Amino acid sequence: MHNYLDFEKPIAELEGKIEELRHLSSSNGVNIADEVGKLQSKVDRLLVTTYAKLSPWQKTQVARHHDRPHAVDYIQGWITDFTPLAGDRAFSDDNAIIGGLGRFWGHSVVVIGTEKGVDTESRVKHNFGMAKPEGYRKAVRLMKMADNFGLPIITLVDTPGAYPGIDAEARGQAEAIARSIETSLNLKVPLISVVIGEGGSGGAIALAVGNNVQMLEHSIYSVISPEGCASILWRDGNLAETAATALRLTAQDLFELGIIDNVIIEPVGGAHRERNQIIEDTGNSIKKALEELVQHEGTVLKSQRRDKFLAMGKRGLG
Amino acid sequence: MNWLKNFVRPKLRELVGGQKEVPENLWHKCGSCGQMIFHRDLEKYLHVCHHCGHHMRLGATGRLNLLFDEDGFEIIMLPKAIIDPLKFRDLRRYSDRLKDARAKTGDDDALKVGFGKIKGNNVVIAALDFSFMGGSMGLAVGEGLLIAAREAVSRHAPLVVVPSSGGARMQEGIHSLMQLARTTIAVDEVKQAGLPYIVVLTDPTTGGVTASFAMLGDIAIAEPGSVIGFAGLRVIEQTIRETLPDGFQRAEYLLDHGMIDMVVPRAQLRKTLARVIDLLMNKTRDPSQVLKGIEPDLIREESAGDALPLDAHTDKADKPLPPDIELDNISTGVIGHGS
Repeated sequence: MHNYLDFEKPIAELEGKIEELRHLSSSNGVNIADEVGKLQSKVDRLLVTTYAKLSPWQKTQVARHHDRPHAVDYIQGWITDFTPLAGDRAFSDDNAIIGGLGRFWGHSVVVIGTEKGVDTESRVKHNFGMAKPEGYRKAVRLMKMADNFGLPIITLVDTPGAYPGIDAEARGQAEAIARSIETSLNLKVPLISVVIGEGGSGGAIALAVGNNVQMLEHSIYSVISPEGCASILWRDGNLAETAATALRLTAQDLFELGIIDNVIIEPVGGAHRERNQIIEDTGNSIKKALEELVQHEGTVLKSQRRDKFLAMGKRGLG
Repeated sequence: MNWLKNFVRPKLRELVGGQKEVPENLWHKCGSCGQMIFHRDLEKYLHVCHHCGHHMRLGATGRLNLLFDEDGFEIIMLPKAIIDPLKFRDLRRYSDRLKDARAKTGDDDALKVGFGKIKGNNVVIAALDFSFMGGSMGLAVGEGLLIAAREAVSRHAPLVVVPSSGGARMQEGIHSLMQLARTTIAVDEVKQAGLPYIVVLTDPTTGGVTASFAMLGDIAIAEPGSVIGFAGLRVIEQTIRETLPDGFQRAEYLLDHGMIDMVVPRAQLRKTLARVIDLLMNKTRDPSQVLKGIEPDLIREESAGDALPLDAHTDKADKPLPPDIELDNISTGVIGHGS
């Protein structure tokens, strides 16, 4: 059974009917294959048309979908010999950011990702993917280690944003994010970042200053959440839908604006419908970028990354 | 009549430093203690309330005037950035908001950059103006900081940045978020050239600005009482559903938590900056020279005449020179006062 989003109501109804029919046939022995086939193709068509024209707000909902694969799923899917590493060596271990060593298509790599958790218990454990300073400091530690050993880095971004709390502020949330950006910009190893769900503001870019930055088709990446933007600029948090459109936060927008390098196409109906498929496709897309990047010298990688960000926002300027 | 209007009045205006014949507001109310401050006192005390020590916000021009030596400085021209890259519209068009901010401030955007000297030390200063759309950072500010950094490198001068900003400029969407990376590159270029990067955090410095260049200073100085933090107070209160401790996110709180090096009252900023720059840039100096007092400013309490009023360049002689503001008065005056 799927968790349906508001705009998926017609799909939910059809799939509900299919379920009912299947139930009937198994109890009555009635042959309903034809009927089910017809309904199924109707569902398929509806999924294609619905997902081909998702609004920015609908994409925001898909990006936050509970069944969407998370960082842990991708790591499980791609990485062999995964060896999780913990702690910032200063204060604590932050489970909102997971990371470690592992092997990706033969390459020894460091993987770092924000993890939201899947049920109440794990969501609390991972603080809903909202990292504290110790999380970013752990990321910095792992990045520096990767740099030291010449290991490529893969980051997976899926966060509503950095945690806004007293303890986080007291320990220097802003400084921790700034250091993570600074560290990313000085790496002499390939850094590939993929926004797999929500790319929430500073907490996201802290892990997304990559040589190659990709986004899943229905993921979002924004300076502020649509809700936050609506409540500040429209003084009405209910206008999140309007704000989502104005912010241009979809993968397609960001590709067009020259912010990201690639959009990874999701299975019809979103990543959550075909989890294995999207995990495989994302892995292949990273592999392609990685195999190109590992051919370059460290200094080239560093300057390519910086030049890429320096060139942003200058298109069309005389 | 014409003669009076066109000749005498402009001349008079010049004499009184280009100000209007009758200042519109002779008295200002302190935003912290509520006491009334005579406009001459406001200037004399560098826009610090002499009753409670509250540091009022200063515009970017005011900042440059305050920090640079009185023999002037050179304004660094900033390049044009793309205007309204997303064609953003909330309750109003962003392009209209920009037009208003430009008309109000006379500036193109929220950052001003100057090259000059602080007590004889060459320095590039970049200051954000909170009155220009909350000092928010978009493409223009990012581009301006890159220019400031490169100016510092090419002139072999330290970079001093004075943020006063609510954070990223939402109307530029993802472009403003990318300035976190771009401004970090800017200050990193200064560091990699072996030059000091010094930040003077002023009220307020929050959001994306803190999550990038503002928190990366080799030396981090803050003005007393400044609000400095990543997340907004309301967002934190809504998230944790409890009231925030007294003095939370104030300069003194950051000092207590090891996030900055020092809290320095406005009247002593020049002295402190000059000393820090001299120590970082002039690694050796004949000790006897210092002991003989050839660099008196650096080893003694600053003389009364040292911290000049903002309008010092035009009419220094006519104005009484402000006394140094006592550190103790200011810190006790500011802590615990909400804004």
